[in-house]
Amino acid sequence: MTLVARPPRAGGRTGSSTDEIEEVQSRGVRARLLRYTLLALVVVAILATTREITGADELTRSGTFGAALRLAVPIGLTGMGAIYCERAGVVNIGLEGMMIFGTWFGGWAGWQYGAWWGIGLGILGGAAGGLLHALATVTFGVNHIVSGVAINILAPGVARYLSVISFSPGSGGGASQSPPIRNVIGRVNLPFVAGGDLFGWRSPDMFGWLERKRWFMLSDVGGLLRGITGEISWAAILAIALVPLSFWFLWRTSFGLRLRSAGENPAAAESLGVSVYLVKYVGTVISGAFAGFAGAFLVTEFAGIYQEGQTGGRGFIGLATLIFGNWRPVGVAAGAALFGFADALQLRNDASVHAMLLAVAMGVGLLAAVAVFRRNLGMALATSIIAAGFLVWFLMSDTVPRQFVFFTPHLTTLLVLGLSRRRLRMPTADGLVYRKGEAT
Amino acid sequence: MNVWSRRLRRFAIGLLGPVVAIGFALALSAVILKISGHDPWQAFRAMYDYGKTRASIISMLNRSIPYYITGLAVAIGFKMNLFNIGVEGQYRLAAVIAAWAGAAVKFPAPIHVLFIIAVAAAVGASLGGITAILKVTRNVHEVITSIMLNTISTGLAAYLLAAHFAQKNKPGDLIIKTKEIPESGWFPSLNGLLSRIGIELPIGSNLQGFIVVAVLLGVAYYFLVWRTRFGYDLRASGINPFAAEASGVDPNRMVVTTLLLSGGVAGLAGLSQVLGFFHRYTIDFPTGLGFTGIGIALLGRNHPVGIAFGSLLFAFLERSAQVLDLEGVPKEIVVIMQGVMILSIVIAYEVVHRLVEIQERKAVVEATHEAPPGMEVAAA
Amino acid sequence: MTSDGSAREQRPVAVAPGSIAAAPAVELKGISKRFPGVVANDDVNLVVQPGEIHAIVGENGAGKSTLMKILYGMQRPDTGEIRVNGEPMQFKSPKDAIAAGIGMVHQHFMLADNLTVLENVILGSEPTKGIRIDFRTAYDTISDLGRLYGLDVDPNELVETLEVGERQRVEIIKVLYRGAKILILDEPTAALVPQEVEELFRNLRDLKAQGSTVIFISHKLDEVLALADTITVLRGGRTVATVDPKDVTPRQLAELMVGSELPTPETQESTVTDTVELSVTSLGVRSDDGRWVLRDVSLVVHRGEVVGIAGVEGNGQAELIEAILGLHPVAEGSIELAGHDITTWPTRDRREAGLGYIPEDRHRRGLLLPSPLWENAMLGRQGVAPYSNHDLLTPAGARRATEEIIEEFDVKTPGLDIPAHALSGGNQQKFIVGREMSSDDLKLLVAAHPTRGIDVGAQAAVWDQLRRARKEGLAVLLVSADLEELIGLSDTLHVIYRGRLVATLDPAMVTPADLGSYMTGVRTQEPATEEAT
Repeated sequence: MTLVARPPRAGGRTGSSTDEIEEVQSRGVRARLLRYTLLALVVVAILATTREITGADELTRSGTFGAALRLAVPIGLTGMGAIYCERAGVVNIGLEGMMIFGTWFGGWAGWQYGAWWGIGLGILGGAAGGLLHALATVTFGVNHIVSGVAINILAPGVARYLSVISFSPGSGGGASQSPPIRNVIGRVNLPFVAGGDLFGWRSPDMFGWLERKRWFMLSDVGGLLRGITGEISWAAILAIALVPLSFWFLWRTSFGLRLRSAGENPAAAESLGVSVYLVKYVGTVISGAFAGFAGAFLVTEFAGIYQEGQTGGRGFIGLATLIFGNWRPVGVAAGAALFGFADALQLRNDASVHAMLLAVAMGVGLLAAVAVFRRNLGMALATSIIAAGFLVWFLMSDTVPRQFVFFTPHLTTLLVLGLSRRRLRMPTADGLVYRKGEAT
Repeated sequence: MNVWSRRLRRFAIGLLGPVVAIGFALALSAVILKISGHDPWQAFRAMYDYGKTRASIISMLNRSIPYYITGLAVAIGFKMNLFNIGVEGQYRLAAVIAAWAGAAVKFPAPIHVLFIIAVAAAVGASLGGITAILKVTRNVHEVITSIMLNTISTGLAAYLLAAHFAQKNKPGDLIIKTKEIPESGWFPSLNGLLSRIGIELPIGSNLQGFIVVAVLLGVAYYFLVWRTRFGYDLRASGINPFAAEASGVDPNRMVVTTLLLSGGVAGLAGLSQVLGFFHRYTIDFPTGLGFTGIGIALLGRNHPVGIAFGSLLFAFLERSAQVLDLEGVPKEIVVIMQGVMILSIVIAYEVVHRLVEIQERKAVVEATHEAPPGMEVAAA
Repeated sequence: MTSDGSAREQRPVAVAPGSIAAAPAVELKGISKRFPGVVANDDVNLVVQPGEIHAIVGENGAGKSTLMKILYGMQRPDTGEIRVNGEPMQFKSPKDAIAAGIGMVHQHFMLADNLTVLENVILGSEPTKGIRIDFRTAYDTISDLGRLYGLDVDPNELVETLEVGERQRVEIIKVLYRGAKILILDEPTAALVPQEVEELFRNLRDLKAQGSTVIFISHKLDEVLALADTITVLRGGRTVATVDPKDVTPRQLAELMVGSELPTPETQESTVTDTVELSVTSLGVRSDDGRWVLRDVSLVVHRGEVVGIAGVEGNGQAELIEAILGLHPVAEGSIELAGHDITTWPTRDRREAGLGYIPEDRHRRGLLLPSPLWENAMLGRQGVAPYSNHDLLTPAGARRATEEIIEEFDVKTPGLDIPAHALSGGNQQKFIVGREMSSDDLKLLVAAHPTRGIDVGAQAAVWDQLRRARKEGLAVLLVSADLEELIGLSDTLHVIYRGRLVATLDPAMVTPADLGSYMTGVRTQEPATEEAT
């Protein structure tokens, strides 16, 4: 939330160096990126160890990571969108509904005009949902959660009604699904790293080569990198590009500053001439647009059609990533990656899901070690018990029931929120109804 | 006299919100119907004619039972400004476990029913309890926890049903279900009572006896919230937790108690079906009741009578929509109507609330010739 | 306070006709503003010369704030004319006022805690390259302003880490950054300790030296006399005089402000008895993150005694009150109420054992704003008669009791069913005081800033009630930032500094200046011990 990390105080006092501000800024960002990279390496290390022990090679195959990426995109997009509205002070639990709008319009436009049109109209559909939420919460001052829930109830009804009147029985669609979309969005292998074509010349597949070497840790990292650079859809590339773009927009532009100020102290912002209502509207509409994109992505990248219930609660998971991403883009992306990975494993095979029990036991065990190191005995005890539980489960069973895998991400969220030591800082005025003229 | 006229006015103002919202929802659905080439008047007419038949009324009453109970469950939380969005998972897991437990034991009739009710309430309450504990000890927002718990309990319910509770079906019967509950565990219908007072039901219609439980829950809810000190503490914590705390309310205990109660009530929502209709849990058990319950609590302003109206209205819409297909109108229009109603009602309440607030300040200024708060001025 | 040593370039109020002096920086003519039922400003006239420090004094409710909101474009006058540097102006919003070179430092700071100083300053007027904020320019501008006016604050610091004085400097930089040459400061010293006030005054004099015009709103006469070049007095919404500080005594100025009699919170003869109602022994309290915020605090309050706690806000007063009420866990030591050790009792038991509480922030801790008055009357007494028979509410009894409170404490309201938010601040406060003091078995009243933010009439009423209750044998623990209130009402006065009681003083002998030096740690009474933090 701080644009600038806290510099040594003395430096600031005497500070006349004009480069300091730039430096301080990028230092904060760099530190966070470094932290996330380290975290990713620890996760890969745990996975690699698990793979060595259990022989569940799927765990770190590029295919798994590729699927994880595709599955992470809709969740991450929704979480990223949520940053825009929550930073502006609007809690948006209606993202699930907006995502449903995205799937329907994505399906309809994809069928009528093609996949990219599907994405475009899906975005617009989601944005319309965001506009509705802004109208209720900002103009009429309705409780944000109440309005969001209402949108979540409204959206499936609208989608169903629209399906009934738009997809005639002869078209291949019906009340609960659309006809197939016309085409798919192109995919690409990045050159050099994943063997992509460059002007007709086939470049080397570096990460693929590394992955095939089957070296401990190195090949696992290779699998990770190959997975997220190969066979990647342009829509996914666009979505990933929105992460740094969102950061830049929110933390480096004047509109972004105004948006964040509305979520921190709207009265102060208004007293300085910031149009708080406008900023909140824009933030909420953008969040709807992101959710709509996420919905359309589900249509174009997975099913190829609109289906009722296609969103499967991903809007809510997006919200969860917002929270444990601490209302920051990179954090949200990391959370989305976690969920995407859990989802991907479930789709691939039972053995790797079972192996994940061991990985979770190791991960939580690591947390326990950290807690002991910090002399936080209560936490150490709680985490040790959980780690031991997973370990026992791993040793005593051969498979994990399908239904359990289905809610793994949700359980993970609860565990992370319940065990995390990190102080989460939500925007100060988040969720509070603001009425114009309070700046008196 | 003065008090009564003021109460009457407040009542009238209170009605304004729902009337405006329902009117708006009807108008908007009419426009949508018109645009998609149907005659709204004819559609509404058909719904009304079909909805007023005796069979429809019985069906509507039966449908309204789970809505009413979920509405109450949500309202308990709302009264304390807690959002128990987890009703969905709570009633589903409660229904599957209660149905299994009910089929596994054999008690004399009333005890058997009470046992099943107790199991369901306990399951719902324990899910509510998890939400509460995470909120109190780890400061995790209840909305997040209950959203996660919804998926977890749905998955858990599916797992338990498939892996442990399902009976062995005869060949050809593909519906996964628990064993049937013995007859001592069924809740009797009210048909006998109705015929004794001269109301004969059409063949195949049963008024579920569980409606009595729902009504009792409503009465208990009213009494608890508006007539007891606990209810005062609950409402005070919802309005201003800091002031409530200073007045001696233990906020953490309040959160835990409220979520246990809310979850416990939510656990009962599926029982009218388990005890009075299916006599077991099956794979095609109704879903989505929890989310509808949120809408109904909003519609009824967390008041037991309002919630009753809300659940009857939703039940009426769903029942009478059955006729729309015959009229060539997509019955999905009703879902839009419900959604619009909820959204417009919260907006209407907010607008009415602001109008009332302005009125009240004016009244104070007139009565005291003093400046309202927020304007630091001299007394004239 | 130091006397103003700078050269007096201020003019007499009556500028000689025909003199071609520069046009007044601000000229308000015949400004009137009414609210329903009241006249806030009634034909107010004000002339502020460029480059002067012009004080506007008046009691709470004299119309100062309304007048300044009109000048800053936050409210529009019903009649009258505003001229800035001779030009007639029509301000529709603060934006217009800012464009005319007017800036306002609000009494309650308008800062976003989770943004940096730099972000707070540039918000709404960001220097940009394209659409990107030009952080370098912003940083340089802010540093330059800081150097020029001696406003020392680090642009990269998060605002939430700043202290009150620093926050105020940020507010002033915000205004200067927008190019304001005319600064309005609304009660800027309200939250500052004397030493910070000195620094603020230095800054303001620097501003004046650089050619800025300062309008300074206050009701603290010593400050005004020390700083201002010209003083305009408002009373009852009208301008009653414009004077030169050299020509008036504080006494004269005070009489101009209040009209005739000066209300003072002085208590009469001592009513202190030997019965101990509250006894706090070696109390220690830790904050949520484990730091000591209160350490080794011991005090005693007797029947019929008012014990005052003086201190700069944030030195442990809030924690002391919360510990006594049971809202914050006690880490060490003990608390006894009327002979019972209540250290581990829950709040409810303490309140029912005779503990009353007038909270610092009535909206946060004291009222259920949307609920009717009779439900508010129960707050804190919901478990006892006449409000309930412990488990079941008894609304009829509650309504009767509420009527008595309204009657006895002169709460102006049309009825019992009116929600609390509809009452004026003074009436809300009287209602809370009435509620807390109406209990029959009240032993101890903890009063935190009991007259903060309410008008003079209500203030006098609250003081009267406190005095009456004291005479009837109530024990009162009074925490206040109003030093005169503390000195006037207390029988014993403790000073709290960094979580410790550092001095015990006789209110009859102490001056506000003395108190100030204890409060800021400049002087201590007891041998210094290890720090509480």
